[in-house]
Amino acid sequence: MSLLTASHICKSFEKTEVLKDISFNLNESNVLSIIGSSGSGKTTLLRCLNFLEKADKGRILVNDKVIFDAEDESYLKPAVLRKNRLHFGLVFQSFNLFPQYTALKNVMLARMLQAKNDPDYKLHKKEINEAIEAEAVALLSQMGLKDRMMNYPHQLSGGQCQRVAIARALALKPDILCFDEPTSALDPELTGEVLKVIRELAEQKATMIIVTHEMAFARDVSDEVMFMDNGYVLEQGPSAEIFENPKEERTKQFLSRFISGNL
Amino acid sequence: MDLFFEQFPVVFKALNIGFLQTLKLFFVTLVGALPLGLLISFGSRSKVKIISAVFKVFIWIIRGTPLMIQLLIIYYFPGLVFNNPIWGGNEEGRFTASAVAFIINYACYFSEIYRGGIQSIPAGQDEAGLVLGMTRSQIFFKVKLLQMIKRIVPPISNEVLTLVKDTSLARIIALQEIIWAGQSFMKGSQGISGVIWPLFFTGVYYLICNGLLTLLFGKLEKKLEFFR
Ligand SMILES: Nc1ncnc2c1ncn2[C@@H]1O[C@H](COP(=O)(O)OP(=O)(O)OP(=O)(O)O)[C@@H](O)[C@H]1O
Ligand SMILES: [Mg+2]
Repeated sequence: MSLLTASHICKSFEKTEVLKDISFNLNESNVLSIIGSSGSGKTTLLRCLNFLEKADKGRILVNDKVIFDAEDESYLKPAVLRKNRLHFGLVFQSFNLFPQYTALKNVMLARMLQAKNDPDYKLHKKEINEAIEAEAVALLSQMGLKDRMMNYPHQLSGGQCQRVAIARALALKPDILCFDEPTSALDPELTGEVLKVIRELAEQKATMIIVTHEMAFARDVSDEVMFMDNGYVLEQGPSAEIFENPKEERTKQFLSRFISGNL
Repeated sequence: MDLFFEQFPVVFKALNIGFLQTLKLFFVTLVGALPLGLLISFGSRSKVKIISAVFKVFIWIIRGTPLMIQLLIIYYFPGLVFNNPIWGGNEEGRFTASAVAFIINYACYFSEIYRGGIQSIPAGQDEAGLVLGMTRSQIFFKVKLLQMIKRIVPPISNEVLTLVKDTSLARIIALQEIIWAGQSFMKGSQGISGVIWPLFFTGVYYLICNGLLTLLFGKLEKKLEFFR
């Protein structure tokens, strides 16, 4: 059974059609990489999944339960959106950490705000906050940032910032973690440390969708690969198949640009 | 010289009383205009076109005309045009009218500073908050507010220093602030007349006041340097 089903997602900005009928499934513990040339709609697709953009058409199901249906207004209520988007986490290209908080507080903030709505929060405030902090410390340690927890984002390198951002997304225990070119804003020598933690997450069976231009990484880490072109899913299949035996001419062309270099 | 030492205590006392009124107008304006400016900035950013247009025109009028004219209109208009001098002719009435004019005027300047501050925060901060399941108000208060404050402290401090000096404009409707007090010794008051030094001496008060404010704002900016 697939964890995530996106069916017939369409999205236009004014007159430009950016996503033209996108459908795909993603099984639990699988990693899906989305590749494709610039402007093909990869970011827009991730943003639709996370409700940062509202798809014009289509449905999104998690565990066979509808969490978004463009036809049904009731899914667009702010409170419903807020609840349903927690199925997803999103790691941005530019990190978007909160500059006024330490790495640790960045990871804790959303959980602490959520906890305030728990009915027994007032009674067990201390224990609840301690538990949240312990989890955040564990996540940051897992990211290799144990000794950087008390630093502010401006005191961290790009690679460290991105790892904090990953920990921040994981703190909410999303079913599906999305990455939008997580290493594109990094100096080449810093991409490795970020790709490493994503690899580790894959080994721990996290379900992930990764938009990336790192072809070697995509090939190694993903179970499924989706090639997007001009708003369509042109080709989708097991990683090995897409990289070694692409059927579509456009996919071949696209990959050939990387074969000599990255792969 | 003897005469100066005789006059000084009298003048000093009168100037202190005037300066108290200056400070009162200064603080009342800040307390009113800082929050009102935030409301106006929300209004001018409203998604409803009509509302934002009304606010923008209002801001344009208030920032585009001299505060002195606004003072005169607010003070005299009800009495002269509607035959209803709501403010009354005493010092209290003049103070209230001044405060209303100053609050409206400064709220409009503050609102534009706030608007710049809010808009200068990258959309990624909103998006990061949303993706983490925060509400709009949590994002505003927990994520954006402090970043916004950091950005607006320098322009707000400029405005506040200007406000200290602008309070003297209330002299035009005879509010008994420090300039009025200094001037009174030219015409004659408490047995002293024809001396101009008290008027010049008022400058010392403004200098000290703005000196302290500069230090205070400098401290605040330092405090906010812990993040970028
Ligand atoms: N808010 C927007 N308003 C108008 N057009 C947009 C908007 N966002 C994206 N687009 C357009 O949609 C198309 C797809 O953009 P998108 O960012 O999804 O591409 P992408 O595949 O992520 O590209 P890249 O690899 O460069 O990140 C582009 O042509 C872009 O100009
Ligand atoms: Mg993109």
